Amino acid sequence: MVDTPRLTREDVAHVAGLARLHLSDEELDLFTGQLAVVLDHAADVALLDLADVPPTAHAMAVINVLRPDIPGQTVDREEVLAAAPSVEDHRFRVPRILGEAP
Amino acid sequence: MTPPRSALGLAAAIRNGEASAVEVLDDYLAAIDAHDGEIHAFNLVTRDAARAQATIVDQLVASGGDPGLLAGVPVALKDNLCTRGVPTTCSSRILDGWRPPYDATVVTRLGEAGAVMVGKTNMDEFAMGSSTENSAFGPTRNPHDTSRVPGGSSGGSAAAVAVGFAPVALGTDTGGSIRQPAALCGVVGMKPTYGTVSRYGLVAFASSLDQIGPLTTTVADAALVFDVIGGHDPADSTCLDRPAPRVLSALDEGIQGMTVGVLTEFLEGADADVVARTRQAAEACAAAGARLEEISVPEVRLGLSAYYLIAPAEASSNLARYDGVRFGLRVDAEDTMAMNTATRSAGFGAEVKRRIMLGTYALSAGYMDAYYSQALRVRTKIIEGFERAYRRCDVLLGPTTPSTAFPIGAKVGDPMTMYLSDVCTIPSNLAGHPAISIPFGRGDDGLPVGVQLLAPALAESTLLRAAAVIEAAAVIEAAASTGGGRT
Repeated sequence: MVDTPRLTREDVAHVAGLARLHLSDEELDLFTGQLAVVLDHAADVALLDLADVPPTAHAMAVINVLRPDIPGQTVDREEVLAAAPSVEDHRFRVPRILGEAP
Repeated sequence: MTPPRSALGLAAAIRNGEASAVEVLDDYLAAIDAHDGEIHAFNLVTRDAARAQATIVDQLVASGGDPGLLAGVPVALKDNLCTRGVPTTCSSRILDGWRPPYDATVVTRLGEAGAVMVGKTNMDEFAMGSSTENSAFGPTRNPHDTSRVPGGSSGGSAAAVAVGFAPVALGTDTGGSIRQPAALCGVVGMKPTYGTVSRYGLVAFASSLDQIGPLTTTVADAALVFDVIGGHDPADSTCLDRPAPRVLSALDEGIQGMTVGVLTEFLEGADADVVARTRQAAEACAAAGARLEEISVPEVRLGLSAYYLIAPAEASSNLARYDGVRFGLRVDAEDTMAMNTATRSAGFGAEVKRRIMLGTYALSAGYMDAYYSQALRVRTKIIEGFERAYRRCDVLLGPTTPSTAFPIGAKVGDPMTMYLSDVCTIPSNLAGHPAISIPFGRGDDGLPVGVQLLAPALAESTLLRAAAVIEAAAVIEAAASTGGGRT
């Protein structure tokens, strides 16, 4: 069992960074309070002794679903690229990735 | 306004030439034109494509062909179901304007059965919510009282069926998102067993919980639609490899000799009028020859907490794909990571951000054991609790929601209070079991009450037979209360 300390504003800012979200100061304050309430409610789950209970990630026990490796019709490339914000040479175009000169 | 008509009745009339699919469609489109400005059930009405589909159905009937089980039946689709070339938004700014390159399997199957797709319905953004107030395009209003929410997240689909914009809608149910709005709008809403309906082309929220199902005006229509959309699909690896369902034909076999368990935990937090309706529904089952039993499954009390760890955890992973690269919104910035962050911060609404952060936190180093892993163990306990109950009972009965429809704005500032409206629906998603909400009379405020039946995995036929009994009793009760002046 793990102790579950109350969520802080710094925790929320850290998690927002992991999730690639930028939060305003107002959002940080609001979400810190709201998420702490939800996590407090979840304490009934966090504090149970369930060491002997196996986890269930999926209710229906379906494993190793395979199909014959036969090429078939798939979605059209041009139709997919048409939905992208920016495209160049049949590829998705993004701003620079690393810190190199533009 | 077009009075609700059953899909079964409409399809029969169109197939034998008594009615024209185009004329039926025009009736429904007229109702949408007259009233959707007030209700806002639809994000998009696909008028021209619908007329083209209806024309094909009429031509097929005229030439002696069979258009299928849903011949000419107008169907509204929740806006998280992909439609090729037709905008699919999930009621989110981040997908505004996106046109999917393929149809969801359920859309393909409806089309093959002769259904006519009339439009895409409003929803809580990415199906996260219980009131449809989290839509980026504004709330949907409950047709029974437009100052109140229709429930959610399939609120647009429920309102559309309730007001007569379409006899059938599809919704999706991750923690109650079909059944809760069905209850609040006074229509039938069914969540099938996980894996019986393909999720291919459903925009993912929480993949181990999401399931597509029908919202209809009758139990028989729900059975009909389930028969059409269910069955194995190689495009969804979680879809069970079983024969297509055939539940409609067994619907009128009754429930003589069945045991109906009244689920104690679901009655605990419910309003007195909702409890009274649930008791009446139980008595209707007894009158039809079922044995009644009070049954306790204490594990379901942990469902809400487990759900609000598991569903956000899965969502935080699923929604990582909205990064401004391949589809949807992009907000430009100096490098890719800044572009990802700017896009997501501008494109997602507050509830989606909350859930992504809750899930990211529950999965983060140092907290995963305490939260996510514990929740998965609770999920096992809930399944064991249901297994114990189903050794004694064929189906379980309780309210769908603790209360009738609440006023717009009443719960938006307090997420935890909003989450509590799903307390009776969440356990079925965690267990993967089927469940259905059936309208049963009105509350003290005059608004619809829904009662809920739950059944073990793959027991849809049993579930729907019991639902048909409760539906018949509700009709008799409604007639009696109108005639006798009682409520």
